[in-house]
Amino acid sequence: MSERRDVGPPLWLLAELTYRCPLHCVFCYNPVDYAGQGAELSTDDWKRVLREGRALGAAQLGLSGGEPLLRDDLEAIVREARQLGYYINLLTSGVGLTETRIAALRDAGLDHIQLSFQDSTREMNDFLSSTRTFDLKNRVAQLIKQYDYPMVLNCVLHRYNIDHVQQILEMAEAMGAEYVELANTQYYSWAYLNREQLMPTREQVERAEAVTDAYREKVKARMRLFFVPPDYHGSRPKKCTNGWGQVFMTVRADGSVLPCHTAGMLPGLEFPNVREHSLAWAWYDSPGFNRFRGTAWMKEPCRSCPEQEKDLGGCRCQAWMMTGDAEAADPVCDRSPHHAQVTDMVAAAGTPAVIERPVVFRTDRTSRALIDERVAGTPTADRARLFEPALIADCGGER
Amino acid sequence: MSVAADQVYTVARLFRLQWEPAQNAWVLLYPEGMVQLNQSAGEIMKRLDGTRTLADVTAGCEADFATTGLLDDVLGFVAGAVEQGWVRRV
Repeated sequence: MSERRDVGPPLWLLAELTYRCPLHCVFCYNPVDYAGQGAELSTDDWKRVLREGRALGAAQLGLSGGEPLLRDDLEAIVREARQLGYYINLLTSGVGLTETRIAALRDAGLDHIQLSFQDSTREMNDFLSSTRTFDLKNRVAQLIKQYDYPMVLNCVLHRYNIDHVQQILEMAEAMGAEYVELANTQYYSWAYLNREQLMPTREQVERAEAVTDAYREKVKARMRLFFVPPDYHGSRPKKCTNGWGQVFMTVRADGSVLPCHTAGMLPGLEFPNVREHSLAWAWYDSPGFNRFRGTAWMKEPCRSCPEQEKDLGGCRCQAWMMTGDAEAADPVCDRSPHHAQVTDMVAAAGTPAVIERPVVFRTDRTSRALIDERVAGTPTADRARLFEPALIADCGGER
Repeated sequence: MSVAADQVYTVARLFRLQWEPAQNAWVLLYPEGMVQLNQSAGEIMKRLDGTRTLADVTAGCEADFATTGLLDDVLGFVAGAVEQGWVRRV
């Protein structure tokens, strides 16, 4: 347990309003066992969460999911958030964003829309080759312009689309995008299940980054480009959400409160739920939020590392998934004794044995099948780590 | 384009300027981020309302802080803010 240092307020609240989603992205970081989660919070619950978050000091609000447009009270949630003074960002696939809804969201005070624009490998192929998907995204993009929102596009890269970065950027420019984020897949949850298949080679990543740099030179400030490399291709880890429990707080569809999107999989931690606790207690006092604050929890090599304050040991979930020890150094770090797992996986990227295995799509049915498999105790050890301990206990399985 | 005392500026479209009691500071909110302004930056930014000239903005700051000679500071700050994309000329 870390000592209780002076903890600042959460500045950033992410509301994962629902895990329902019309898409089935293979790189999704929603929990693999989302289909076993409890009922979604009500509109009034969300309003209370927003009030409490704002009182704590949160100013940025992300509305995400799943697909947040599947909540038919999204406009009411936005209206409350805006009255409270949040800067509100909707993270959406655009599916379901009709003119009626965008007009209502604008009226309710939504500040900003981030449109993700390829959704799965199937969708991506569709997107690059078929007019149907292009038309949908284009229509949504036009609506975003028409309602005077900045056009912010987000595209998740993996080995199946990373070689199309040039075409993706040309399409983004044709749509009038002002910001484009090319975010390489990070390997959590569904993406972790598919990581061998999704992993690009080192050469692919370097090429894509070079293409992005050249495009940036061409468009300059007219279209701002961000390229986020995959953790696995680096040699130093990143801080978890800018520091575990430092600025970022996620409230999930079922009301559980986490320091990051995926921390639910970590063993031996109990995270609070807004149905039972205040957000203030969750942030400042709950054992879950205090578990990895600061540096006191660290083991070697982090404990004596001169860079420990810089990355705070990296990602706890990455450590847990790959080593089975949530206190281990993030294996992305080349000082981790487990680093070879990462380099071996990158080196194996694109080899035929890897490519021939089918990818797993994020669907309710697959999620339920994975839960059954977990309860029966059959998954491999590293797969088993993706499940939420509390949820599996509820289902009658062993921990 | 150089910044001059007779020009008028306002906060750029992508940004929202807001007082945050929890941070005891003016902040600029924008997609996926937030800039916490120091006191003098906050005092200048909150006066960039799209109607007042920078000379008026300077006079307002000087009156509130019972001082003089702030024009160069204001012009310098606004030039930097234009570069950052925080403000636009009206």
